[in-house]
Amino acid sequence: MKKVYLDYNATSPLRPGVLDAMLPYLRENFGNPSSIHWAGRAVSGAVETAREQVAVLLGVKPAEVVFTSCGSEGNNFLLKGLARAQREKGRHIITTVVEHPSVLEPCCQLEKEGWEVTRLPVDSQGRLDLDQLAASIRPDTVLISVMAGNNETGNLYPLADIARLAREQGICLHSDAVQACGKIALDFKQTGLDLATISGHKFGAPKGVGAVYVKSGCLLEALIQGGHQERNRRSGTLNVAGIVGLGAACEIAARDLAAESAAIGGLRDRLEKGLMAQIGNVRINGCVDPAGRLPNTTNLSFCGVEAESLLMNLDLKGVAASSGSACSSGNLETSHVIAAMGVDPLQAQSSVRFSLGPDTTGEDIDLLLQEVPQIVSRLRRLSPL
Amino acid sequence: MSGGVDSSVTAALLKEQGYDVIGMTMQIWDYSSFSSEHGETFGSCCSLDDVYDARRVAEGLGIPFYVVNFEEDFQRHVIDNFCDEYFAGRTPNPCVLCNQVLKFELLLRKALELEADYLATGHYAQLLDIDGRTALCKGLDEAKDQSYFLFTLTPEQMARTLFPLGGMTKDEVRAQAARFGLKVADKPESQDICFVPDGNYVRFIEEERGSGHKDGEIVHHGGQVLGRHQGIYRYTVGQRKGLGLSWKEPLYVVGIDAEQNRVIVGEKSLLSRSSFNLHRCLWNIPLPQEPIEVACRIRYRHQPVKARVTPLDDGGAQIQFEAAQKGVTPGQAAVFYLKDRVIGGGWIA
Repeated sequence: MKKVYLDYNATSPLRPGVLDAMLPYLRENFGNPSSIHWAGRAVSGAVETAREQVAVLLGVKPAEVVFTSCGSEGNNFLLKGLARAQREKGRHIITTVVEHPSVLEPCCQLEKEGWEVTRLPVDSQGRLDLDQLAASIRPDTVLISVMAGNNETGNLYPLADIARLAREQGICLHSDAVQACGKIALDFKQTGLDLATISGHKFGAPKGVGAVYVKSGCLLEALIQGGHQERNRRSGTLNVAGIVGLGAACEIAARDLAAESAAIGGLRDRLEKGLMAQIGNVRINGCVDPAGRLPNTTNLSFCGVEAESLLMNLDLKGVAASSGSACSSGNLETSHVIAAMGVDPLQAQSSVRFSLGPDTTGEDIDLLLQEVPQIVSRLRRLSPL
Repeated sequence: MSGGVDSSVTAALLKEQGYDVIGMTMQIWDYSSFSSEHGETFGSCCSLDDVYDARRVAEGLGIPFYVVNFEEDFQRHVIDNFCDEYFAGRTPNPCVLCNQVLKFELLLRKALELEADYLATGHYAQLLDIDGRTALCKGLDEAKDQSYFLFTLTPEQMARTLFPLGGMTKDEVRAQAARFGLKVADKPESQDICFVPDGNYVRFIEEERGSGHKDGEIVHHGGQVLGRHQGIYRYTVGQRKGLGLSWKEPLYVVGIDAEQNRVIVGEKSLLSRSSFNLHRCLWNIPLPQEPIEVACRIRYRHQPVKARVTPLDDGGAQIQFEAAQKGVTPGQAAVFYLKDRVIGGGWIA
């Protein structure tokens, strides 16, 4: 059975060359990069090369890149680290209701510890109101956190505009760029970010490695303490092989992103338009204009059909897709992102996310355009919601 | 797949027989909300560990596996009914309802949505062809027979159901589990109601509905008020323990009057009944126009006894035992057998 993978926002396969780049560091070059001897020296250069590769992709300086294990760790580190370091300056944080749980949960934790958090709402297409953001800034605001691209809808957020507001007020701006990195061109310096999070496995690096950008001069309390790795910012023996893989994936992205995004965007648009043309009563969850979203993501509600049933049927036909975020399954709760857009509960329960990637082909889209209408019509007949 | 040995062997056997098998677990209860200090050490069913076990068995068999969340439906159709019945002075039978609504309506529908031909479970029961009709029959292992809980199955549902273990004994099933190398082969069986793993249903009801319920009188059958109760839900017909009364003879709960909020007690002999009525009867044979002689089972652990069933106009039936029986409990199911075949049943009034 042909297998079609359309869940790139959950995770992605290793890009070509990444595994080969990593292997020496899983075999003979096993040293700890912090060691002073030959075994450590054999690998520390590779780590720094990777750091440079990450820096180039993000438009930052190598010294501003800190390696982590994943996006969740990065978000926890940056939010709690910045807030705690600036606790004397102020205790107000601004974020949005559509952030990933690894941003929202640390905010809840900080609230328990005495911070105040403003969670900006979004409109029915998932978009932010910048005037509202501006109005919520207070003298004691120390951090604004807005994601670059949403994992569920694909919505892009206007970071450059937000950065201007933040800079005027001397407030730190963080962006969870986990979904955006490797899909759209990024330049954190030019955009004006102070902090950002990326995660390797979303764009062709292995799982278990990520990185954060910390602008020089931005002081943070470390989340993981103990060793002195990463200039005391993040303790723990470096995942050398993973980091090398991350660097390799960044280099590929820097080189190929523009062409790949255009191709992926074309396939996504064909899938979205095709499904909406062939099947009645389908709604886009998110920015209706595809240009307002990551080029690979489409989140659609097939009204009258339970998403779970649609996904199981697709799975049995070899198609991998999802609804809600991958971190929360077996769960009947509506995605908080969908709910935040005011989507009615029945429509929310019918929402499915297709997220494409560099290996997605025209044949994959053809298969979807053939199977989905049949499944939807059968389910609407058998078990209408 | 519940994570237990029966459903695991069911999946393994069907796969071996050449079926395309899809494993599915119903998540019906959020065990993280269970608050006893004993944690998950009971012989219960469907906890997070059990879902994990089911998933691992499915992985080992190389079959697709999904968890479907039926918590809301379970709450509405089984748990709410459970509490409502106790407050109405009856003793509920949640397992029959779970089969009727959750498994053979909702889960079966999920199976059909996936274009499955059958829903298979590990029940000890058999579907046999009798005179050209599919009949629900007792499982081969009399001690394990679960046909009592399945009496609500309709012919349409039976046409889409498989009970691969029905012709096997429990020992044979465990031997199969060992043959397949299933790690759940030695898992203890789930007893008790799956959502009340410590058997303390009073605690469960009070967690669901609060504990400030009206106390009322405990009355002797002859009329004398003997004491007070702290909620009729704490009692079931036939109960002896926990009455807190002294009397010349041992006293048993013989009736519960929800309207008057009273518990009626009496001597053991009063528990014996030779006839009683049923509501809402279902029949797997054409509705009898005359009274019919059957073997009648009035609870799971009860040897079916000879009885005459007379259908009534209101959709119920009158049951006349050949020999008086103890423990006729309002709210329980009564199931009729002709030899090994379930021909119908209803709910004790």
